[in-house]
Amino acid sequence: MALLEIIGIRKRYDGVCALDDVSMRLEAGEVHCLAGENGSGKSTLIKTLAGVIHPDSGQILLDGRVLPPLRPPDARRLGIQVIFQESSLFPQLSVAENLAMGGARLSGFVNWRVIRRLAREALAKLEVEIDLDQPVAGLSTANKQVVAIGRALLQQTRVLIMDEPTAALTGRDVEVLFSVVRRLKESGVAILFVSHRLDEMLRISDRFSFLRGGRLVATGPAADFDHAAITRHLTGQDPSPPPPRGGPRNDDPLLRVRSLRGAIVQDASFDLAAGEIVGITGLRGAGQAELALLLSGARARTGGEVLLAGASLPNGDLPATLAAGIAYVPEDRLTEGLALDQSLAFNLASATLSSFGGWGGLVRGTDIAAHAQHWLNDLGVRAPSPKLPVRALSGGNQQRVALGKWLCTRPRVLILNGPTVGVDVGSKRAIHDRLRALASQGLAVLLISDDLTELAESCQRVLVMHQGRIADTLIGDGWNDRTLAAQLNQLR
Amino acid sequence: MRRAAVLEAIASGWSRRQRARHADADLIRLGLFVLVALLAAMTLSPRHFFSAANFESMAFTLPELGLLSLAMMLAMFSGGIDLSVVAIANLSGILAAQILVRSGAFPLAATLGAACLGLAGGAMAGAFNGLLISSLRIPPILATLGSMQLLTGLATVLTGGAAVYGFPEPFLALGNETLLGIPIPFLIFAAVAVAVAILLGHTTFGLRLRLVGSSRSVAFYSGLRLEKVLFSSYVVGGLLAGMTGLLMAARAASAKADYGTSYLLQAILLVVLGGVRPSGGVGRVPGVLLALAALQIVASLFNVLRLGNFAKEFAWGLLLLVVMITNTVLDRRAARRPATTSLSNAQNKEKTP
Amino acid sequence: MIMRHPNRRHEAVLSAVLLVLALFIGLINPGFFSAEAAFDLLRSSTVIGLFALGVLVALVAGGIDVSLPAIAAFCLYTTALFGGAFGVADHPVLALGLAGLTGAVLGTMNAFFIHQFALPPLIVTLGTASLIRGGLLAFVGTRIVTDLPESMAAFSHPAAFAGSGPGGAPVGGLVVSFLMFAMAAAGVAFLLGRTTLGRGIHALGGAPESARRMGLPIARLRFIAHGLAGFLAGLAGLAHASQMRNANPFDLVGTELTVIAAVVLGGASVAGGRGTVTGTVLGVLILVLVETGLVIVGLSSQWHKVVLGGILLLSVATTVRRVSRAAWREGMA
Repeated sequence: MALLEIIGIRKRYDGVCALDDVSMRLEAGEVHCLAGENGSGKSTLIKTLAGVIHPDSGQILLDGRVLPPLRPPDARRLGIQVIFQESSLFPQLSVAENLAMGGARLSGFVNWRVIRRLAREALAKLEVEIDLDQPVAGLSTANKQVVAIGRALLQQTRVLIMDEPTAALTGRDVEVLFSVVRRLKESGVAILFVSHRLDEMLRISDRFSFLRGGRLVATGPAADFDHAAITRHLTGQDPSPPPPRGGPRNDDPLLRVRSLRGAIVQDASFDLAAGEIVGITGLRGAGQAELALLLSGARARTGGEVLLAGASLPNGDLPATLAAGIAYVPEDRLTEGLALDQSLAFNLASATLSSFGGWGGLVRGTDIAAHAQHWLNDLGVRAPSPKLPVRALSGGNQQRVALGKWLCTRPRVLILNGPTVGVDVGSKRAIHDRLRALASQGLAVLLISDDLTELAESCQRVLVMHQGRIADTLIGDGWNDRTLAAQLNQLR
Repeated sequence: MRRAAVLEAIASGWSRRQRARHADADLIRLGLFVLVALLAAMTLSPRHFFSAANFESMAFTLPELGLLSLAMMLAMFSGGIDLSVVAIANLSGILAAQILVRSGAFPLAATLGAACLGLAGGAMAGAFNGLLISSLRIPPILATLGSMQLLTGLATVLTGGAAVYGFPEPFLALGNETLLGIPIPFLIFAAVAVAVAILLGHTTFGLRLRLVGSSRSVAFYSGLRLEKVLFSSYVVGGLLAGMTGLLMAARAASAKADYGTSYLLQAILLVVLGGVRPSGGVGRVPGVLLALAALQIVASLFNVLRLGNFAKEFAWGLLLLVVMITNTVLDRRAARRPATTSLSNAQNKEKTP
Repeated sequence: MIMRHPNRRHEAVLSAVLLVLALFIGLINPGFFSAEAAFDLLRSSTVIGLFALGVLVALVAGGIDVSLPAIAAFCLYTTALFGGAFGVADHPVLALGLAGLTGAVLGTMNAFFIHQFALPPLIVTLGTASLIRGGLLAFVGTRIVTDLPESMAAFSHPAAFAGSGPGGAPVGGLVVSFLMFAMAAAGVAFLLGRTTLGRGIHALGGAPESARRMGLPIARLRFIAHGLAGFLAGLAGLAHASQMRNANPFDLVGTELTVIAAVVLGGASVAGGRGTVTGTVLGVLILVLVETGLVIVGLSSQWHKVVLGGILLLSVATTVRRVSRAAWREGMA
């Protein structure tokens, strides 16, 4: 008998099926990977299991018994714990306190000794060493994850659901997480591991289930699936043909990076020519994100130089760097890329506000509106009015707007970090097509991403970073997302 | 592919009616408020209220609160708050008074000089705030709380705590005379209000300020120089506060370190009522002007009803709370409309608000 | 216990500053190094100290509260006027209880507005401060009550207590009102540090989203935090009335800044979730000492505001935990 079983779950939102007759089994002591792209219904399913959402129809069975409609505290009491991506830890409080913060009881005095004992037990179960008295704010992301898991475990977990747990983890920490997961498996916990990252899924899972468009399109033991099958089930399409895998062009490169140094980046040097799409990847924390910040001027470099068309770029001066022609589309569009409450028109103009000023800095509203309409058409964003707040758009459309905003600055080099995270399949394709078109018109693109398929489909070559340096460059024929994955594995 | 398209269409599908409702809801709400206030005035005391004398008196006092509110609006719009506006006003008045009481045989020159000094003082106080907030990165609440104290203290030291009298005619005219039948302070305010409206709504400065108020990080990555934008906005705020101080001193014919303390709360009430969001990035001058009109009617009503100062204080506090609660309740009702939320929000609808 | 680590350095610095100030003042006026002066100092810090504890609790819960002095004025006046009906004239404890209860009720009003409508605490408490003070003066009365029940006046003055210590130093009177402050401080410290309630308040202020997701009873935590702040304000009001030997509804205006300055000086964060009683007490003592010092040095009272504002700004500008430029630009705090 399966530990947790869902049968025929259906959930509609405004006439569209977020989940359409989904059935699944979770066995104790098994790592079951729930795979799906954004918009596939993954988060709806998790929220249903956690009791945050109620399905329109269908049943959830625990130990064979049908469960009544759940609320989150009920689900937790039954042993169903969800670890969401956004950490729900308390950064000001210590590790021990966070671990012990299980219930919602307000009564009673705090017995620090009991708390510490419980905390030590939890960490021992996970075979991890963390300083109990340290405030959580100072922990690495991986350790924060461990604390979150530890907290869940202190409450008698039977089913542990983890939502994209490796999204923010560095290379070595993914290992820590995986060993924790394996230990949980051994102790009989059923683990539902939600992800869309090929290499990790294959390494840790016993079973796969694929969601696409709200439907369960495939399920079975991990051995039954290979890379190609996974991609096909995830996207419903065959992967696009890869672009010609040229090496670095020998003609005068547009961007020259020499011995760049930052806090993590140690010594990065590479060239980028106009019309190239070059990918940068690596284990999390290897320095790719910082590289983008250094090149764009968001952070000051401590060494090396950056030359754009022969001219040395100012250090740590984002406005000047942007004006010189390097545009950086930030990783988090919600908090760094777009002003969610402002209109589409305003957002599209927000990186080029100065250009709208006539004499005295006066701006004509019609200019901004017309500008917006032009770009909305150009980007393929269907919105009834540019006055709509950006918040009202889907993730994919928001990302298109973010892209458009920085394209308005007429950059010569475009740096993107994770541009298709949280973006539906259609918008993802559109963005990739657009990048290819821009490259063919002479734009140089630096694409930082963890999505190996994306890199394989879009880039002519890929730089692999490791511990702050560029460890390898994949060029020429014969590399694809699989060889890339193998490469990353070797670095662990 | 098709499914995603359908979902998108739903998420972004606003009907024209809903759009109109969203954009002008605030103004309509305000208009109603003004209407209610007027009706109350009409029923409670028509003869007193609708007299030329009453209107004229309103037109003289309204500019002071109005200018302060514009200063407060700037601060809030940028994502902060300015608790020192009244202190700056008083200090500016006192600085101006230093020249005015020594005007002797040159009343006009003294007036001009005093006005310049007052404005300069206001701008410098604003610059002080700007430095604290943008360079030292002190949270605006604390920075302006501290500067309020500091500046009031300085003003007290300059005057020894007493009021300063003895201003020349030209200066007093600024606060008490009319031009073509309209009180001069009102004319000044009207001009400044238009200027600020243009500044905030139709200049690159205003757009930049809006972006900074919406989200500092987004403004940073969009290539704005945050420190410069914030600094400038507080300088302009200080200038407006300084202007207020001059008008206050002109009307009262004296300057003191603790005039207008009730203005601070009223200014905050006003901008919030006028649709400026305390977290920044949202707000329009016409809204604040409507709120000003509404509140001036209410204040005048208080006078006509012979409400004591204390009852007024009570009423302002009550009004502030009522306005904020009403805004929240109406906003919540608006957010519950289905197609106004994004796809991910639609999935969150199950959560109780 | 555990969380004092990040604040320890800050508190050590504060203690050092306190010591230096005391020495400095003592050098100018050796009369300062006497039991009498010390007791005077402690007595002066009682009222501000109680306020500061209240603001601390509210801040840790995530909401700045500027209405406490108004609440205090309301409590002191109503207790003086109507306390007789509750037999307050005979028992100081009853008087304190009444004042505290009134304050607690007003505090929960703050919590209601902040929680139910998700309104910014600064503006809410600005509103309630006006509401309460205006309401007090408009609807309750403006006459200063000079014939305070002896029980109320007693605990701030030595005369009511028989016995004086060596050299005629008034020992008895000090003990009571300052004792009240000391007990309150110990109580709040215990609450914040050793009860799940207190840790919940810390959690709420530091990470409200996580608190929501973890199912912490947010409403209850807020109501208790602000109610407690109001209670302490009520006590502060009564202590003040007792010191002044009258109940003046116009009093305590403008003390908001001193109180916030003390709490911020002590290391609390306006963003919430962080702050200790030790730091707050040190902050209060330092400010009272500065005030005393200014008087002794001979600086006219007009300069006090300037110095106070300057100290607040200086302490915030130089605090160890200042955000880096990068963090500030990227929107963290």
